[in-house]
Amino acid sequence: MKLFQRLVPWILLAIALFILPAALDNFRLNLFGRYFSLAITALAIDLIWGYTGLLSLGQGIFFSLGGYAVAMNLMLNTKSLAGGNGIPKFFENYGVEQLPFFWQPFWSPAFALMAMWVIPAVVAGVVGWLIFRNRIKGVYFSIITQAALMVFFHFFNGQQKLFDGTNGLKTSTTELFGQLVGSPDMQVWLYRLTVVLLPLAYLVCRYFTSGRFGDALIAIRDDESRLRFAGYNPVPFKTIVFVVAGALCGISGALYTVQSGIVSPQYMSISFSIEMVIWVAVGGRGTLVGPIIGATLVNYLRSLVSEALPEAWLFVQGALFIFVVVLMPDGIYGWVTNGGLRSLLAAFGIARKAKTYPQLDEEAVPVD
Amino acid sequence: MSQPLLELKDVSVSFDGFYALTDLSMKLYKGELKSIIGPNGAGKTTFLDVITGKVRPTKGSVSFNGQSLLGVSEQRISRQGIGRKFQTPRVFENLTVLRNLELAAAPVKNAFSLMGSALPQSAKDEVHRIMNYVGLAPFANVKAGSLSHGQKQWLAIASLVAQAPEVLLLDEPVAGLTDEETLRTAELIKSLAGDHTVVVIEHDMEFIRDLGFDVTVLHQGQVLTEGPLDQVKADPRVIEVYLGSTEQ
Repeated sequence: MKLFQRLVPWILLAIALFILPAALDNFRLNLFGRYFSLAITALAIDLIWGYTGLLSLGQGIFFSLGGYAVAMNLMLNTKSLAGGNGIPKFFENYGVEQLPFFWQPFWSPAFALMAMWVIPAVVAGVVGWLIFRNRIKGVYFSIITQAALMVFFHFFNGQQKLFDGTNGLKTSTTELFGQLVGSPDMQVWLYRLTVVLLPLAYLVCRYFTSGRFGDALIAIRDDESRLRFAGYNPVPFKTIVFVVAGALCGISGALYTVQSGIVSPQYMSISFSIEMVIWVAVGGRGTLVGPIIGATLVNYLRSLVSEALPEAWLFVQGALFIFVVVLMPDGIYGWVTNGGLRSLLAAFGIARKAKTYPQLDEEAVPVD
Repeated sequence: MSQPLLELKDVSVSFDGFYALTDLSMKLYKGELKSIIGPNGAGKTTFLDVITGKVRPTKGSVSFNGQSLLGVSEQRISRQGIGRKFQTPRVFENLTVLRNLELAAAPVKNAFSLMGSALPQSAKDEVHRIMNYVGLAPFANVKAGSLSHGQKQWLAIASLVAQAPEVLLLDEPVAGLTDEETLRTAELIKSLAGDHTVVVIEHDMEFIRDLGFDVTVLHQGQVLTEGPLDQVKADPRVIEVYLGSTEQ
């Protein structure tokens, strides 16, 4: 049994890498690639919310920054999308003759690969440090992150001349290694890349949540001011995890963008960032397996429901969130690990009921 | 006498016009042991808040080893060697007893050292010694949140000891403890007395008698009187603030 438990992650990884691509058609496989890339965002939110108690409603900022970084590079390096000046065609619609200066470094793929996580990390570092050093906590932190999200949304939405505004940047028609990014072959590779990066993101989160550093995070969540009296300054701890979460969201956003085919300001909509939090709550916060389950399951459900009843999804999502908050405060994973499945079966008379008090000698005391 | 270790001079704290402390002055010398009593609202907890940096005094000065503590953050004051136990036992509920103590005992408390290095063996030994002393060793791997109230009090005190501060400020260390636990707590505090400076705030007079420290009575944010317990108890002004005036 122990051996089996140690093998589970490898079995799941093998299924995701070899069995799913063989069993699913390209369309479904692409959807799973998207779910797994969103799971990285869920892990990041769990790191800051589940472990450190920072409920950020603005992770969409970092997610989108990662997406834009990769999309800008792809657009620049695609000849077929270039207009007269050798710059992406959409600029012509707004009379822009010259590439905006901050687009310049994105010619380089190496720069873009760095930028997709470094830029979100830096933004998270600046925003986080300013918030944390001023001892802004709890619901005020959530409000500020949401306000920051709105600022970014309106900036990207309004700047046609810089980012094609509300249209976003389409990546499915761009080329990478001489192949269309939207082509089935490329999508299978991107799926594999996602499946490899998700466990790496998991390991990153595990590194930060285990050991003494992880203890300090939990202490911050439990009683931050008490930790100060123990001689710790919580600000660097919170800033570090916020930066790490920002970087993870950036990578997640980049992976999602190339698999969904577009990045647009919609990724910075308020509802999307709240959905991210819902995935974590449904899966189980404060565990690292929970958010992966949550993100995959909720998004899979979303696809299924949207295909059957396109109008119903938002109701289902709302109901799911209420159901989890009321009946499974620890999320699905927390519910299962706390013996929820067993007590559910017991309630239907399938499994044996756990005794309220442990009995030392079951033979001596007859149980009726 | 030499320079006091901790000195408060004319400290006033006002919360929107209400004075919790009014021109309070107090000196604590190295190795001194002091109990502070006083009726509710006398400013006992605010007194600790001022020393530990939680509340900035409206007026007056606080110095430790001759250096001002005004405007210094809580964590820096703590690292300078002033430790505090809160009125209600505040422990990290989702960490085990062992992890609670290890967090307090860490000699270097910045984020990168926590990430990069393990706790030194000397600190680990100290944690185990303290845990054995307070009898929490059997609960080393139990989450602090599932301990009983008395055990939490002990854990809070043990965490404070693990921090190895020079000055220990204990706010109601025996509130909600059984008689036996109270006795043991008194023993623990007396055992620390040798090389620590200890301030205990309590309501439990038996406990204060047991400790045998000099007593300071606070009333309306000021020192009413000081001295050994029996002398203080006989003071008519002390009786008056506790029981109300006898002559109307």
